[in-house]
Amino acid sequence: MKAWLPALLAGRLIRLAWLLPLAAVGLFTLISLAPIDPVQAYVGGRTSQIGPEQRDAIAAAWGLDRPAVERFANWLGQLARGDLGQSITFNAPVMQVIAARLPASLALIGLAFVLSFVLGTALGLVAGATRGRWPDRVIRTIAVVMAASPGFWVAILLVAFFAVGLGWLPACCATPPGQLAAEVTLADRWRHMVLPVATLSVVGIAPLVLHTRQSLVAFLDSPAARHLSAHGATPLHLAFGPGLRHAAGVALTLHLAGAGELFGGSVLAEAVFAWPGLGQATVRAATGADAPLLMGIGLATLLFVFAGNLLADVAARLADPRLRGPA
Amino acid sequence: MTLRIEDLTVSFPTGPVLEGVSLALDRGEVVGLTGTSGAGKSIVAEALVGALPPDAIRTGRITLADAPVAPRTVALAPQHLDALDPMAPVGRQILRFARLAGRPVDVPDALARVGLPPDTARLYPHELSGGMARRVLLATALATGADWIVADEPTVGLDEVAAGRVLSLFTDLAATGRGIIVISHDVCGLAKISSRIVILRRGRQVETAPADAFTGTGTAFRDAFSRALWNAQLAPDAPC
Repeated sequence: MKAWLPALLAGRLIRLAWLLPLAAVGLFTLISLAPIDPVQAYVGGRTSQIGPEQRDAIAAAWGLDRPAVERFANWLGQLARGDLGQSITFNAPVMQVIAARLPASLALIGLAFVLSFVLGTALGLVAGATRGRWPDRVIRTIAVVMAASPGFWVAILLVAFFAVGLGWLPACCATPPGQLAAEVTLADRWRHMVLPVATLSVVGIAPLVLHTRQSLVAFLDSPAARHLSAHGATPLHLAFGPGLRHAAGVALTLHLAGAGELFGGSVLAEAVFAWPGLGQATVRAATGADAPLLMGIGLATLLFVFAGNLLADVAARLADPRLRGPA
Repeated sequence: MTLRIEDLTVSFPTGPVLEGVSLALDRGEVVGLTGTSGAGKSIVAEALVGALPPDAIRTGRITLADAPVAPRTVALAPQHLDALDPMAPVGRQILRFARLAGRPVDVPDALARVGLPPDTARLYPHELSGGMARRVLLATALATGADWIVADEPTVGLDEVAAGRVLSLFTDLAATGRGIIVISHDVCGLAKISSRIVILRRGRQVETAPADAFTGTGTAFRDAFSRALWNAQLAPDAPC
């Protein structure tokens, strides 16, 4: 094991140890202050059928009649026993709701992560290696247009073009609606993933292209690259040889550090494409003021983003040996 | 076989930096190139390997056996230490230059030739002292196996023993039939290993003096600047 890795991990774990309780307090405070009454959100249109006594009974069953501090202490007590509480919206344990929906979200986010990294880095390398020529100009134009395109607008365009216009791809869900799980083929699953993954990838590709290009250009202009060029190295050899570590290292660090944005983007993509993942559950939990589920998803998101940042730190040190000092 | 620079002039949009420089180098010979800072010494090196900045305009001829010199004929050990890739270990960098030249290289042997231990191969440039980095730059140039080598300030930052070892390496290389141009402020060092020394001042060639001119108080020099440059090296605290 590299000597710098244990020190880095220890430092980050200490950070997580104070970040988690702080985030839990912050989340609980925000949810408590939210102007949504969970009982009213639950009752919805059945107001006339449910009287004040029944409302009070529901509130008491969910512990909402207790002061916020006591509710938070109870939640902490449950958490210490490994229980994240009961989701109001799904009427199931929070852990179960998250475990059931996490794989769908991770599949979406994971594929989008790999796709945007491969495409973004490759296009950035080609643009940097052909600086000032037509491939560079075309790639940069596409990247700038993509960077300026909001995710929801891209999603709507993709649906309008490929689902509604051409009818090639489904616009909704992870599997064909109404079909039994046993009847769903692998091809069906892949077809349903194309548009959500494309939407989520588009958001991540543009910054990667531009950063990779810039890192490569900086390397190509460096004395080290000029030394190699003087002895026969071509721009393409430099780009996909020594320059790869300079450009792709930065790109990977940036991409991993952007895990939070990817997760945020997945909420939007899941909402647009009715994808049965954590993003959709987050929207439902928020509109229903489902405090236990929101707390659970919030902490899971924090761990996800934290892991992304930690991997970004590791990737940065693996790529650039000068960073391998004390964490 | 002679490597020849004839009437070399290099200009940038801001003006000329080198005017009418000429020198000839035979196989088996070490030629020194010296002058004050900013005299254009490194520009000569860059012109020889075809690595002038893109905005430079070059006139004059650089030929080998009367034919224009082909790319990769001359290898350069550059002056600046940031010519080493900060993200690659030394061994890999030496291998890169050998591969560009299409030849095999034994990295420990390449390091030993410049007086570095074999475990230097796994170090990164930021882990090297200035003197070590300079010797690694020289090793990258030697790894190309080129017959013609330009070393730009190869002894800056080296202690006397290490500098002496590098300078004697040049005479050893010349003895194997290579032609070497050594660029240095260290006129004393150059005088010990060179057959001739070209002296530059503000981009112009002041004179090309034979090595035996660098004796006594420099009365054999034709130019007053050359004499002054030599006498500056003869200061009591830095005897040549």
